[in-house]
Amino acid sequence: MSLLEVENLTVEFPSRRGTLRAIDGVSFAIDPGEVLGVVGESGAGKSLTGAAIIGLLEPPGRIAGGRVLLAGKRIDDLPPERMRAIRGRQIGAIFQDPLTTLNPLYSIGRQLVETIQTHLGLSDRDARARALQWLEDVGIPAARSRIDAYPHEFSGGMRQRVVIALALCAEPRLVIADEPTTALDVSIQAQIIALLKRVTREHGTAVMLVTHDMGVIAETADRVAVMYAGRIAEIGPVRDVVKTPAHPYSEGLMGSIPSLEHRVERLRQIDGAMPRLTAIPAGCAFNPRCAAVFARCRVERPELLPAGATRAACWLHAGGG
Amino acid sequence: MQALVRFFDSDFFYSFRRNPVAMVSAFVLAVCIGGAVMAPLLAPYNPFDLASLSLMDSFRPPAFVADGDASHVIGTDDQGRDLLSAIMYGTRVSIFVAALAIAFALTLGTTIGLVAGYLGGAVDAVLMRIADVQLTFPAILIALLVDGILRAVLPREFHDRMEIWVLIFAIGIARWPQFARTVRGSTLVERGREYVMAAQVIGLSPRRIMTGHILPNVLGPVLVIATLNLGLAVLDEATLSFLGVGLAPTEPSLGTLIRIGNNFLFSGEWWITIFPGVTLAAMVLSINLLGDWLRDALNPRLR
Amino acid sequence: MFAFIIARLFQAVPVLLAVAAISFAMFAYVGDPVTQMLGQDFTEAQRQTLVKTLGLDQPFWVQYSRFVWAALHGEFGLSFRLAKPVGSLILERMPATLELASVAALLALSVGVPMGVYTGLRRNGLLSRVFMVLSLVGVSLPTFLIGILLILVFAVLLGWLPSFGRGTLVQVGGWSTGLLTLSGLKALILPAVTLGMFQMTLIMRLVRAEMLEVLRSDYIKFARARGLSQRAIHFGHALRNTLVPVITVVGLQLGGLLAFSIVTETVFQWPGMGLLLIQSIAVADIPVMSTYLLLISVMFVTINLIVDLLYYAVDPRLRIGRGGGGRH
Repeated sequence: MSLLEVENLTVEFPSRRGTLRAIDGVSFAIDPGEVLGVVGESGAGKSLTGAAIIGLLEPPGRIAGGRVLLAGKRIDDLPPERMRAIRGRQIGAIFQDPLTTLNPLYSIGRQLVETIQTHLGLSDRDARARALQWLEDVGIPAARSRIDAYPHEFSGGMRQRVVIALALCAEPRLVIADEPTTALDVSIQAQIIALLKRVTREHGTAVMLVTHDMGVIAETADRVAVMYAGRIAEIGPVRDVVKTPAHPYSEGLMGSIPSLEHRVERLRQIDGAMPRLTAIPAGCAFNPRCAAVFARCRVERPELLPAGATRAACWLHAGGG
Repeated sequence: MQALVRFFDSDFFYSFRRNPVAMVSAFVLAVCIGGAVMAPLLAPYNPFDLASLSLMDSFRPPAFVADGDASHVIGTDDQGRDLLSAIMYGTRVSIFVAALAIAFALTLGTTIGLVAGYLGGAVDAVLMRIADVQLTFPAILIALLVDGILRAVLPREFHDRMEIWVLIFAIGIARWPQFARTVRGSTLVERGREYVMAAQVIGLSPRRIMTGHILPNVLGPVLVIATLNLGLAVLDEATLSFLGVGLAPTEPSLGTLIRIGNNFLFSGEWWITIFPGVTLAAMVLSINLLGDWLRDALNPRLR
Repeated sequence: MFAFIIARLFQAVPVLLAVAAISFAMFAYVGDPVTQMLGQDFTEAQRQTLVKTLGLDQPFWVQYSRFVWAALHGEFGLSFRLAKPVGSLILERMPATLELASVAALLALSVGVPMGVYTGLRRNGLLSRVFMVLSLVGVSLPTFLIGILLILVFAVLLGWLPSFGRGTLVQVGGWSTGLLTLSGLKALILPAVTLGMFQMTLIMRLVRAEMLEVLRSDYIKFARARGLSQRAIHFGHALRNTLVPVITVVGLQLGGLLAFSIVTETVFQWPGMGLLLIQSIAVADIPVMSTYLLLISVMFVTINLIVDLLYYAVDPRLRIGRGGGGRH
């Protein structure tokens, strides 16, 4: 059984000029221990999907349809207090900017102990020992002497290590990492990704890795979901999506990964920009930018269709691919 | 015309129309300002016309009270002045003083802020240090002391004649640092922009650059501060006049009227204080409500 | 910690010296003290003698340092109006003002902070909206008008509370206090409410605004994502972060209380420093004005120092000298 199942998830924002549909019928599943990459341009709805799953959508955003199931049990309609108990304990979260995600007024040790005690009910002594263990696990040097230090006394990369420890310290089965390396120096990004890979594998934690960086996905994820304008354009094993993308949009994205093996004259780019939520075109949302567009694309919206090893929302695969 | 259409279609105007509080405040403010500006045309009596005053008319209660008099809707004061007329003229004085004081503070503060921000270095350090020190003291205290010093320096007769200008100076001088700080901040940002460097490269004088190029770009926040400070300046004037260091009873502002009425609170003539007080409160409240709404409307994050 | 205090004290000294210079300039050059002290008839020789005894023939810096030296010993010259030493005049009235201001401050804090927290957490609740409207009224009503209205209701109409004076006083050491008698306490209620009202609404609005700002921050979102309890998030994380900026402004506001006590004291004929100042300004009694300015500055500097210390206690980012130091 899948650990997390998202079925037909729809998120809407009521606004003055009508209701905006930011996520439109997204479905996917994550197995225990699996790493699912979610990739797409900013505004495609990747981060919102993560926020909807852990029940932290910012009002006035709300789940307007669909279901979210954790280990077979529905969690999107739980009362706030029940959902709170799931956050941190069952589903952890890692945010983008480590400089702002830690409370500057409390020592990192205190923030860890607080999280551990909230979910695991350990004594002060045991919780502190566990916190120390985690700091060592995520590679904070001299953890024993640094446990009572405050966030501002750490560098950005070190702080993101602390954030990872905080997200995982109550042993959740799934962690949603929302652009975990975007705010970091390029030189540190690889270390943080490697760390995330290692600790989640050691603890058997599944990961939903949200990023716009196809390179990170390619080297980390088992499967990948490509999102475009609030929908999934293509989903499948990472190797297949990278090597033989079925959706023209994925193809465009893959063309933007620099590679050392295949020398390409120029990195390809996709012309145009993703439509705003207020102006999503009829038919396939990607049709104005698509090189392979034909009549049906402008009228009828494609659902996810089997396309070789992956599934793609594209009429090119209408024949059964 | 097109700009008007765009304005009425804007989110800004939409949020105004959706917000009854903002609309009511704008209305109240318009009534206050309109009544004050057009007092000579609208007021039933001229309270400055000494010939028309008669002590026989003094202490008439409002028309709606048992022994009230229909010719004076909200009664008369101790001099026999029609209170409604006195309030309209008084509001006129209050708005005049507050507006000029803010204009003075704005001019002084903006100039100092521009110079400090553009020149930087020691000039900047000294000017901003002065602003900081002054900011630690409440504006009303500064205005009070400035007024007191001028009272001591100027010859008595001259001071009495210039009273209203002394008051404007005192309130204005107490409120410049906020403008200076804001303008300096924006100037520092603008100074690094390409268009300023371009102006420097083609050899424009610092003065030209400051007034012609930087000033128009830093004016936005200045106007917001000016609006918010206008309400405060109205309160400053009223407070100073109430304390007896502002305007004399011969040229009554709202504060002066309240001060006069305060003397008769215990003998039962409550209206002499209450009506000017309500006018003052309504005016400042609507400025503050509009300011509140404006800040929220301009800062969509809070919505 | 100790070094921090010393550093702050050293920063305060130039400010105090600058204020002293203004204060001295007022004292020495405004309003001609010589003519004031001699009265109507005097000879040129008398004038010269007085100029010499007052040291007015000395250069500026000599006079100035004498002034500072005398001020440090509590000597501020004679009041023109009352012909008494200004130092003792003001000192006599200081307890009245300090009692009024501290009770008002206590009131403003103990009501303003909880109301701000409440309206910040329940931003769309009915009670919050009522509080917000009330607070705007409080900010818009000038202090003196609040005082007049309170007198009208509680003294004139209901006759419950006195409208002027301090009631029966008790001498404790050199301090005359109204806090120990019933009539003294009753007399304190209206002035303290009047004085505290503005600061209270301001504190409430400030706490609310900061609370909303903090609740939107990433670390609060992250605290939610960690599954901490509502209570821990609101009162452990949000409130403490809210207090950091609030402390500064509240500190300044408490300084403002001293200034606004001038107005309250006038309305309630409260025999404090503020009333003395107003009476002195009306007749241009410069020595009292300059001394008041100097004393108020000392109080402000003291308050600022306390604020800095509180800041230091609340915000670990200020405790430098440990770990990396640099932020990024």
